[in-house]
Amino acid sequence: MFESSLKQLGNALAARQISSVELTQLYLDRIAKLNPQLNAYITLNPELSLAQAKAADERLAAGNATALTGIPIAQKDIFCAKGWLTTCGSKMLHNFVSPYDAHVISQFNNAGAINLGKTNMDEFAMGSSNETSHYGAVRNPWDTQRVPGGSSGGTAAAVAARLCAAATGTDTGGSIRQPAALCGISGLKPTYGVCSRYGMIAFASSLDQAGPMGRSAEDLALMMNVMAGFDERDSTSLPRETENYARDLGKPLAGLRIGLPKEFFAEGLGGDVAQAVEAAIAEYQKLGATVVEISLPNTRLSIPVYYVLAPAEASSNLSRFDGVRYGYRAPEYSDLADMYEKSRAQGFGAEVKRRIMIGTYVLSHGYYDAYYIQAQKIRRLIAQDFDEAFKQCDVIMGPTSPSTAFKLGEKGDDPVQMYLSDIYTIAVNLAGLPGMSIPCGFGANNMPVGLQIIGNYFDEARMLNVAHQYQLATDWHSRAPQGL
Amino acid sequence: MTWEIVIGLEVHAQLSTHSKIFSGASIAFGAEPNTQADAVSLALPGVLPVLNKGAVERAIKFGLATGAHIAPRSVFARKNYFYPDLPKGYQISQFDLPVVGQGQLTIQVPAQGKQPAYEKVVRLTRAHLEEDAGKSIHGGFGESGFGEAPFGGFASGSCTGIDLNRAGTPLLEIVSEPDMRSAAEAVAYAKALHTLVQWIGICDGNMQEGSFRCDANVSVHRPGTPFGTRREIKNLNSFRFLEQAINYEVQHQIAVLEDGGSIQQATVLFDPDSGETRVMRTKEDAHDYRYFPDPDLLPLEISEEWKQQVAATLPELPHAKQARYREQGLSAYDASVLTSSRAMADFYEAVLAECSPTDGITPTPSPSPGGRGEQSAKMCANWIIGEVSAQLNRDGLEIGQSPITAQQLGGLLKRIADGTVSNSGAKEVFRIMWAGGGEADAIIEAKGLKQVSDAGAIEKIVDEILAANADKVAEYRSGKDKLFGFFVGQAMKASKGQANPAQLNDILKQKLAG
Repeated sequence: MFESSLKQLGNALAARQISSVELTQLYLDRIAKLNPQLNAYITLNPELSLAQAKAADERLAAGNATALTGIPIAQKDIFCAKGWLTTCGSKMLHNFVSPYDAHVISQFNNAGAINLGKTNMDEFAMGSSNETSHYGAVRNPWDTQRVPGGSSGGTAAAVAARLCAAATGTDTGGSIRQPAALCGISGLKPTYGVCSRYGMIAFASSLDQAGPMGRSAEDLALMMNVMAGFDERDSTSLPRETENYARDLGKPLAGLRIGLPKEFFAEGLGGDVAQAVEAAIAEYQKLGATVVEISLPNTRLSIPVYYVLAPAEASSNLSRFDGVRYGYRAPEYSDLADMYEKSRAQGFGAEVKRRIMIGTYVLSHGYYDAYYIQAQKIRRLIAQDFDEAFKQCDVIMGPTSPSTAFKLGEKGDDPVQMYLSDIYTIAVNLAGLPGMSIPCGFGANNMPVGLQIIGNYFDEARMLNVAHQYQLATDWHSRAPQGL
Repeated sequence: MTWEIVIGLEVHAQLSTHSKIFSGASIAFGAEPNTQADAVSLALPGVLPVLNKGAVERAIKFGLATGAHIAPRSVFARKNYFYPDLPKGYQISQFDLPVVGQGQLTIQVPAQGKQPAYEKVVRLTRAHLEEDAGKSIHGGFGESGFGEAPFGGFASGSCTGIDLNRAGTPLLEIVSEPDMRSAAEAVAYAKALHTLVQWIGICDGNMQEGSFRCDANVSVHRPGTPFGTRREIKNLNSFRFLEQAINYEVQHQIAVLEDGGSIQQATVLFDPDSGETRVMRTKEDAHDYRYFPDPDLLPLEISEEWKQQVAATLPELPHAKQARYREQGLSAYDASVLTSSRAMADFYEAVLAECSPTDGITPTPSPSPGGRGEQSAKMCANWIIGEVSAQLNRDGLEIGQSPITAQQLGGLLKRIADGTVSNSGAKEVFRIMWAGGGEADAIIEAKGLKQVSDAGAIEKIVDEILAANADKVAEYRSGKDKLFGFFVGQAMKASKGQANPAQLNDILKQKLAG
């Protein structure tokens, strides 16, 4: 049952071979057994989950089920869900029970999916290893001494360990794709504006995008059908026709032009990762695709640009966490300024504070033009690189991350080393493009390697099929970690 | 050597939308604290702003009404600072790309002492959309609050209440150039702006409720030298305080400078009780607001079509009405008084239409000087500015609450125009009408105020008077013109005040001429 695809689960539920309550309970039991080793979930609420399952069973019986009705889905703890503790991985929100649902959450609720629990994450989605969570590091199911990646590390670990059927993530600089790669699962960051950000706790508003994480491209397509769509409560949500993201699954790949950015295969890329990615490209060629070398000349600038813009937005977005209305407030303080200072000093972790300080600095009078404005200009150049590249190819492929999962604590002292692990993913967010990661083999220490697929704007359906065809021809995506 | 005063005003006009600028919560005044604070007003994690189209339309209206440039693309920016009644830790405002660019406003500065009334054009720098903050309620929760100045006097263990009903209320901040040279000009400008925003229906103008608040930037300098350093007086919510505060500030600055001191840039508060201003913060402790474009909101784009749609809803503006009224023969002063509010102008136009349906309401005909149309326009203006305003003042009423309708007043003025009732008779009719006595014709009839316009009857009276005063007639005819008034008085008395004065004059002249 835990190896079933969403489609198979849907069929089983529709055929009443299993009830949603039974299925949900199976997952809850498995979580109870395995989560202590992984720390993938921050919050479980079996009562709420099972109540939803019961309602789903009624809906299934009434014959008005959707593809995801009754299926247990885990939600990254960045999404506000009514009645659920929603912490965003921070002490700052250790007591925040959301009074409302994020758009993505209501979409799943409307589809009849079960909210199985809230998954662990880097604090306020700031991190690439899931070590910045106030609720403890998440461990990689393939090797519990290693990180799952971040910031959607809890989601990636939960999907890889079969602690949910599929789950949501968010991606600001690689937070879906990098943990997907490190945990050997599939993840899609859609085009900016495709999934509403309403109710998704903001890190860097112009970059944040929700997306699905699961065990196959086919599962991601079904998840996308629920998550995507216009929402008038998010001004950056794109008013587009609803689309069926599974519509292209099954199309042959003959004639597909794959662009390989030379900057993605240069210094800094681990040999084991390069080998797996190159093998995957060869597989695509067997499937009828052609390969063309392209250039994304500003790739090297994407990390400095990102670490100006994302902290700038974050420093402002996180101002609302002031201890006044909700969340953490220092127990003792002498005056208002002291309350702000102590609440924020005690409520935020080190990485969050680092980024608030960087962001405050780059927005300050006298530095704004040199940092923020300059970074915005380069951001446009980075987007133009992709525009140029897509004149020569249909999709871009390369590694998701320069290395496989590293050990817990390995990069803890050096933030820049940590930031570099997002070198291949960040430019995609800066350009607002869709990107995904799918498993394409194993590297050193038998840890999973991710293949990144970058598409043009709104090309998610095609990308999902590109991934799906590969997953029909290979079985990397169905490998499960052993020994838990 | 004299000092020149330089004043620029920043006015926050609360826009008369139903809901907040970035959410659907109500902005009605006076609700229980926090009952109008939705998820967006509370700045819950994850919520996002969505721009209220009605607020934008009101900004467009204002831009059109002041002949300003409406930006086809403007940008919302975040102004970052911490304060308990600023729930997001930033205010969404507009910074380097405001929705309304340069415009202008013509003001009427009333006569003062020997200086006659004059007109002046004040340039507007810009107007931009922004959200209001909430309210800190000090006292009633603990021993003391944290005071008005950020971080001042907030003692441990004390409590201050935060009411976020007002947070997110749409404001239009209207910034003038430093074009005003006296407190009187500043007040005239503020009043003209206050009239305009209500006139075009974008703000209710209620100053007690804070719907229209002024900040005044004041400096003094010697003519011919660069402007002096300015101090900004915050949150003046009445015209009287605006005038008092500016006058105090000007005296203060001059005194400091004449004492050999210098003015430091500062934000000051006006204390109406002492009539003085006091420093709230100086340049040194000014915030670095770290403005940057709000990534949650797309740039605001205003198409030509949208602008035209809004333009079609604009009423005739005060200035255009004034010009038209002056063409009708009214003085600049009368025209400005009659356009002090839309209700006043509507009242005037309705009265004029009633008493001279042929040359009143239609804006095109331009009555010839001294013609009948001009006479009725002047008469209507005189009655509204004179009798009606005096009665309204006495009873503490607004024009919209007048117990006499425009139709009723028009009906009375029509009877003056056609000679049915004399001016003094009309005043009596007016008093009766004000007290609810009904229509003019009925009152005239009931009170016997109808004027004698029958030439035969008047002639008879005149003949009798002349016969009874043969000696005076002889004196008059020998050149003592002054006696004319005596004959008029006698004849009027004989007619019990009901003789048509014009007719009486004519007949008397004829008869005396012999």
